[in-house]
Parts: sequence; C-alpha cells; structure tokens
Amino acid sequence: MLILENMNLVLEEERKRIQILDNIDLQFEWGKMYALTGPNGSGKSSVARVIMGIMKPTKGRVILDGEDITSLGITERAEKGIGYAFQHPARFKGLRVVDLLEIAMKLSEKAECQCLRQIGLCPDQYLERELDNSLSGGEIKRIEIATLLAQDPKVRLFDEPEAGIDLWSFEQLVDILGSSHTSDSITIIISHQEKILEMVDEIIVMEGGKITMKGSREDIWPQIQESARCICRQTCSKEGEIYADCPR
Amino acid sequence: MLTALDKKILQEIADLHGDPPGAFNIRKNSQGVERRSMPGVEVAPKKDKPGIDIIVEKNKEGTVHIPVLLTDTGQSDLVYNNIEIGEGANILLVAGCGIHNPGSGTAQHDGVHEIFVRRGARLRYTEKHYGEGEGTGKRVLNPQTVIVVEEGAYAELELVQIRGVDDTVRTTEATIKGDGHLLIYERLLTDTQQTARSDVVVTLEGDGSAARIVSRSVAKGSSNQVFRPRLIAYSKGRGHVECDSIIMDSATIRSIPEIWAENSEAELVHEAAIGKIAGEQMIKLMCLGLTEEEAEESIISGFLK
Repeated sequence: MLILENMNLVLEEERKRIQILDNIDLQFEWGKMYALTGPNGSGKSSVARVIMGIMKPTKGRVILDGEDITSLGITERAEKGIGYAFQHPARFKGLRVVDLLEIAMKLSEKAECQCLRQIGLCPDQYLERELDNSLSGGEIKRIEIATLLAQDPKVRLFDEPEAGIDLWSFEQLVDILGSSHTSDSITIIISHQEKILEMVDEIIVMEGGKITMKGSREDIWPQIQESARCICRQTCSKEGEIYADCPR
Repeated sequence: MLTALDKKILQEIADLHGDPPGAFNIRKNSQGVERRSMPGVEVAPKKDKPGIDIIVEKNKEGTVHIPVLLTDTGQSDLVYNNIEIGEGANILLVAGCGIHNPGSGTAQHDGVHEIFVRRGARLRYTEKHYGEGEGTGKRVLNPQTVIVVEEGAYAELELVQIRGVDDTVRTTEATIKGDGHLLIYERLLTDTQQTARSDVVVTLEGDGSAARIVSRSVAKGSSNQVFRPRLIAYSKGRGHVECDSIIMDSATIRSIPEIWAENSEAELVHEAAIGKIAGEQMIKLMCLGLTEEEAEESIISGFLK
C-alpha cells in the first residue's frame, strides 16, 4: 500500500506563501487504478511529484508498504518501483528513443520494441530518432508513456497521459493503460478525460490543494457529472476538461 | 614497431585494433613509422617538408588512415598533408592525433591538411583528438584544414575532441563550388583549465552549393571555449550554422556564428545556444533510476554522440 499522510506542501514565491497541498491523506492499494482529477492548479501534479520525490513536502509522510520513504530521493524511489510519466516530457538533443528506453529497462525486463508498439509507434521508425524538437508533442508524449511501460514500475504515475495525443491514438492509450495494469501494481492517472475516469476503480477530486471528493468510481462519477453541469451553467468556461457535456 | 601504448592510442583516435585496412600512414614523434599504398591510392612522403601526399585516382573507393602519435614529452610536431580525392572517388579518410605526455614539457602537434575533393567525389573525413599521460606537461593540438569541394562533390568532416587536450586552436577553411555539399560536424568537451578555439570559414562559391556546420560542445570545470563559424555566400547557395553548448561549473563559452550573403538568392541560417543541463532532463533520467552523476553523464554523452 502507498500512503500519503497529512501531506502539506507550501511554496514561497515573491515573499508569498502558497499552499499547494493542504493536509492530504490518501491510501492507494495494490491492484487498483486511481484517477486524480480536478481543475487546473488544484495540486494534482504536485501529489504525483511528491510521491516521486521530485518535490519535498513541507509536512507529512510518504509510506510505501510500511516503509517511510519521505526522505528518499528520486533515484531511490525509482529503485523502489515508483515511475512517473510527465505531463510535459523533457526533450534531449543527441539522446535517441532507444537510449531512453534502454535506461528505463535497466529496472525491468521489458522489450523496447514491444513498448513502442503498445503505444502505436513503429520501432523501425522511432528507435533511432533523437528526442529533440524534430518530434511532435504527441510523439514525445507517446514515447514518454512507452518509457514508463519499459520501466515497468510497481507504482505508475501518469500525468495527463492524454494531453497532446490525437483521437486515434487515444483509444489505444486507454487500452494500454488498462491492460498493462496488474494486481501487483498501483496506477494513478491524472486526467480530466471521461474515458479514463470511467476505467479506474477509484476517483479522487482535488481543488485548491485539498481533496474534495474521493471514493469508488460508481459513487464519485455521478457527483462529478452533476457538479460539472452546475459549474458549466454558471461559468460555461470549462469545456474540454471534465465538462464534456457543456451545452455550448 | 608500435608499442602497446601506441596501439591503445590508435584505438582511441582511429578505432584501430590492428593493421589499418586499406592505405595508411602512421606518424609517431615527428617520423613516419609505417606506410602502405594501395592500387589507386598512393601515400607518399613529401620531399621538401614533413608530411605526406595522398592521391586517390578517379572513381576509386577505399579507406585511408593517417593517424599521428606523440608519446615523448617536449615534442613539437608540424606536418603538412596534401590530399587529392579524384573525380567520382568515394573515400573514408581517418585522421586524428593522440598525445601521451609522460613528462613536464609541452607535447604539441600542428597539422595542416589541404584537401581537394574533385568533381562528383565523396569524402568522409574523421579527425579525433585525444590526450593522456601522467606528466604535467601540456598536450596541445592545433589542426588546420583547408578543403575545396568541387562541382557536385560531397564532403563530410567529423571533428571530435572529447578529452585530454589542454589547448587547441582549430582552423577550418572550406570553399564549395557549384552543387557541392559540405557537412561539418564538430564535437568538443573541455574540462579543468583547458582552452579550445574553433574558427571555421565556409565559402559558398557556386550555385547550388550547400553547407551545414553543426557544433556541439560541453565545457566543464573552468575551461574556456570560443567558436567562430562563418558562412559566406557569393552564389545561390544554402547554408546552416548550428552551435549548441552545455556550460557547467565555472566554464566560459563564446559562440559567435556569422552568416554573410553577397548574393540575393542565398539562403543562410544560424542558430546558437548556450545553456546548462536542463533540470527536467536530469529529473527524467533520475526517475528512470539513474543517479545524478549517471544522468549528467548520459545527457553529455548523448549530446556529444
């Protein structure tokens, strides 16, 4: 089990204290898929970054199978089996797709070609490509997901995996997120997409750095739809995110 | 007779694991020590000054290795090589210099290469520089390459200096005739107190000529690098200069690309960037299980690959 206990994250910007995460308590069980959703700036990516060790919490603990890993760095957490697919993947001049996959596979026994194919990329066309600006946003995003599949971590963090991915590839993405999840893994997907929210076991809704709703998909999904309709009627400015049923 | 040390250096600079294939000339401590010509590829010592003439006949294909070794301290080697690639020929020319300086004197190699790539010929030229040695003496390399790429010919220069050279001034002058193409790919890593300067001047003389200069470098420690690539078009030619550098520690880098058109049909572009390793790149690789040092090494070696 992965536990976030009384997690607080405060950043200081221009002498202002900004509460990014506010007393977050979450438990993630092995074998379950979770969706983390909510408006932009609600703290979803910060939760993932705290789990990965990229951000250090101001207060609180991260516990993995009973071990307090709060003080561990990114590398140690990767070795513990935590992996993170970034919302905006880094680009590398000179480093090729195959180089990145080979680094990822040091911690797994996956095959690089298989990981690319799973996400709809032809290995012959992509393995030797440089991870630079010659790749489109959608391509680099799919490579990022393929890299996490190659790493094959126990705790899988996907940060808006659908962002930048075309409609044709989206179906494939949803399939692979589901089919690659096992009873030995925890999958946490930050997403606003209905299809992704529909496939998970539990949904966590965040706003203003706090958890506003959490529970099973069956319980939470109708509430999200209802609140989306309410917000949409009030502001009509959130279409395209979870507010797919916007009357506009 | 080559020693084990010589063979090690040859492996570093020319990827040689025994006798070179094709024609070759091995120069060690200012003397030619081994040489072989092949049918259609003549390698001959100059009579008036140190160096060799390489003459490749028309339509000939093959490989020529001309490595230089310096293993004595206090050596100052100056060599002039003239290389003629005949019309329609297709040649891989592997040059390069390795210095092992065991003492406190400076070991220096200044190599002047004059290359003609005749009509329709293809040349792939690689020049690797490498320095090592337990001595405190400096390891200095100053290569000068003058190349003419004739009508419809193609030349590719891969110029690499990855480690161990204290000071270098590299001068490259190229003239490209009509429909000739040139690619210069330069890779450089400096560390500690090392200095490196690269001056490149490429002149597009004929219509349809094209050149691309790609320079990638990493400066670590308190090393210093200066790049000055210049691309001049007197014709309807195309050119692209790209200088990318990663700067670390307390190193300094000056990158001064220049494009200069004397013809309204010319198309010239330059890009130059200097920056440290992006934090997001480091974090990504650490998320894959690399340590900070391993991540940095992977980014640098990929960048300079």
